[in-house]
Amino acid sequence: MSLESQVAVFVDGVLNYFDTTVQQSAQCGTPHLALSDKPEISDYTGVIQVTGKRTGMVAFTAPKSMLSVMLMRMQETDMGHENLCDLVGEIANTLSGNARRDFGHQFQISVPSVLSGRDSQLEYPPDLRPIVIPIDWRNYHARLIVCLGG
Amino acid sequence: MTEVAHRLMVVDDSNVIRRRIERANELPGVEFVGAARNGVEALALYEAVHPTLVTMDLTMPEMDGAECVAKLVQRDPDIKILVISALADKLTAIDALEKGASGFLCKPFTDRQLNEALRKLIRT
Repeated sequence: MSLESQVAVFVDGVLNYFDTTVQQSAQCGTPHLALSDKPEISDYTGVIQVTGKRTGMVAFTAPKSMLSVMLMRMQETDMGHENLCDLVGEIANTLSGNARRDFGHQFQISVPSVLSGRDSQLEYPPDLRPIVIPIDWRNYHARLIVCLGG
Repeated sequence: MTEVAHRLMVVDDSNVIRRRIERANELPGVEFVGAARNGVEALALYEAVHPTLVTMDLTMPEMDGAECVAKLVQRDPDIKILVISALADKLTAIDALEKGASGFLCKPFTDRQLNEALRKLIRT
């Protein structure tokens, strides 16, 4: 599968996620290779480790304000830290899991881990350059970071 | 007053999803009886609340959903289990059904899709 096709799988996943879960469309900006080895992350980051035929990681990173509004749209009344961590992990899990439709059964994903704080360090697989997919929803900006080899 | 015909247990490692399923359930006769964060908790909760209807995530720590489906069906062959997972490939769905699940719903889902899937499950 070409790099463009792989990116398209994740872009479609993002658009479907927002349409379905918060029932308001998001827009994906132009996907690009990370300018630095370690792309900037936001307030909360959900991380999925990928093993099997492909190895690497998928991360969804978003500001607290965006996640809080998403929770509200889902009729959730508790916008506390635990639920913000939970939501960002669940989004990373859903976007990664949905990719199995195209990548196949051997695209194995971990349970999500979550980083909070913009100073947190995301661990990237060595020798792989992350692809960053900008996501705009309402006035908020999030990113999907895809770093896969194999 | 609607008679309770089904007792719903929700199993998912995400609190947001557990609460969402509990809120979204609007089927008459389906009563929410409890939620668990993984397969181990689900088996313990099963003994306490004896659900007849279960929504089950697959990717969870401690005991995953596929193993938990098999163990719940061993305990109650008539239990109805709707697997709700982000794992969107056909083999995953087939594997869950072979282990004893009665239906499969892919994440993300709308409240309407959830209720429709539960309704179908009850009718089977």
